Amino acid sequence: MEMIRMRGIRKAFRGTAVLAGLDLAVETGEIFALLGPNGAGKTTTVGILATLMRPDAGQASIAGHDVVRAPREVRRRIAFTGQAAAVDELLTGEENLRMLGRLSGLRPAAARRRAGELAERFGLGDAAGRRTGTYSGGMRRRLDLALSLVFPAPVLFLDEPTTGLDPRSRRELWTSIRALADDGTTVLLTTQYLEEADVLADRLAVLDRGAIVAEGTPAELKSRHGADATLDDVFLALTAESDSPSAARIGAGA
Amino acid sequence: MTALAARPRLAPLTEESVFIGRSLRHSLRNVEGLVMAVVLPVTLMLLFTYVFGGALDPSGGYVDFVVPGIILLCAGFGASSTAVSVNQDMTRGIIDRFRTMPIRAGAVLTGHVVASLARNLLATAVVVGVGVAVGFRPSAGPLAWLAVVGLVALWILAITALFAAIGLAAGSPDTASGYGFILLFLPYLSSAFVPIATMPGWLQPIAEHLPVTPLIDAIRALLLGGSPDGWDIVWSLVWCVGIIAVAAVWGAWLFRRRAARR
Repeated sequence: MEMIRMRGIRKAFRGTAVLAGLDLAVETGEIFALLGPNGAGKTTTVGILATLMRPDAGQASIAGHDVVRAPREVRRRIAFTGQAAAVDELLTGEENLRMLGRLSGLRPAAARRRAGELAERFGLGDAAGRRTGTYSGGMRRRLDLALSLVFPAPVLFLDEPTTGLDPRSRRELWTSIRALADDGTTVLLTTQYLEEADVLADRLAVLDRGAIVAEGTPAELKSRHGADATLDDVFLALTAESDSPSAARIGAGA
Repeated sequence: MTALAARPRLAPLTEESVFIGRSLRHSLRNVEGLVMAVVLPVTLMLLFTYVFGGALDPSGGYVDFVVPGIILLCAGFGASSTAVSVNQDMTRGIIDRFRTMPIRAGAVLTGHVVASLARNLLATAVVVGVGVAVGFRPSAGPLAWLAVVGLVALWILAITALFAAIGLAAGSPDTASGYGFILLFLPYLSSAFVPIATMPGWLQPIAEHLPVTPLIDAIRALLLGGSPDGWDIVWSLVWCVGIIAVAAVWGAWLFRRRAARR
């Protein structure tokens, strides 16, 4: 069943087109990666699906609920982790988790239990009792993700979830995301790391200047570019004309 | 693989209670803000009583005159941190998390306003206590005290609502704090520290028509056991309710606009 659907989505900011008629479909329980250089429109795509931005044209829906006409029904089914770590710095990690629990409909005692579980699972340990203003970037990111998982939403949006994480934390996060998908969560993530898309994604799309230039499983995309092609080759070939200096950086990041 | 359920609907007022709790915690942990809310007004009161007081009123009764003004000044100082808190919420990504949940994200603002009210009533109590310690002798009865608390609370709500809107309008926490400071100078142009009749002629109509003037005159009359001018009470209510209404409409517009801009 199609959980995420976009048809002909357009969005411009101050006259500059960011999305130029985007089509996208993600099946229930799939991990779908949006790959692209900076400025390709990845964050805008996620922002529209997560009801943060309104598209100028086109249709987008989550589990059949239109993001513009029924944002509340969409919000009941999604969890969102943006690029900026959205944690409350004056509260402790535990208090952050409890707050999200309460806002997700848990009673205080249940919210407390859930906070304890997630702090444990994301290796916050003793730090859960400290204010998040004292956290390292990696810890903050882990808490940020834990906050999105307080309620097991059917759809999870992750905008560059592993940017700034060390390799070990990144792998741990991949394991967590994979486990979520195995439990039925549909995951749409954006990434600058080709390796991430390769390891994690069931399917991926390469976004360049607001349009999808390739879509398929990692294996399909690679085979289209020759027997020994890597995702780097695919990516660089597809976005070669892009004058964005970040394309090189993305290649290097893999 | 199981089908995952949608989020349940929240019990009424869940958002408000969660966000009020959050903002109260912030208030307790934001040491700078607490210091600002209590120490600054107390310092100003001591300054006006001991340093300027002798020159302003050699009989030593100046403290009775100045305390009502200090109370309003105190409310302004304490509420100003609301602009920064609101702006931080809007610029640091946390609001996006709330906006992607099926909750009234605007309740974040309610939390900040209610916390400001609690914080500032407490700070006001401290300021009045220090005032009594340095010679302030209010002679108000219980009803008059109730009226004073009501007027002060209404003023705190009004100025907090205004600071919250400023926090929404400002581009960064620093500018939010800067704009806020302008408002804090208003009481100096009123009857808070000197009688308006002693001001230059061109300044008198301005001072007379500032919202803080009827408030201060009403509070002063109530605290000193006199009966306040009915018009001062009416104008105080009109000003406070008007400011709250304008700030609420402006704030709601800014809140929606900030959401749409991105």
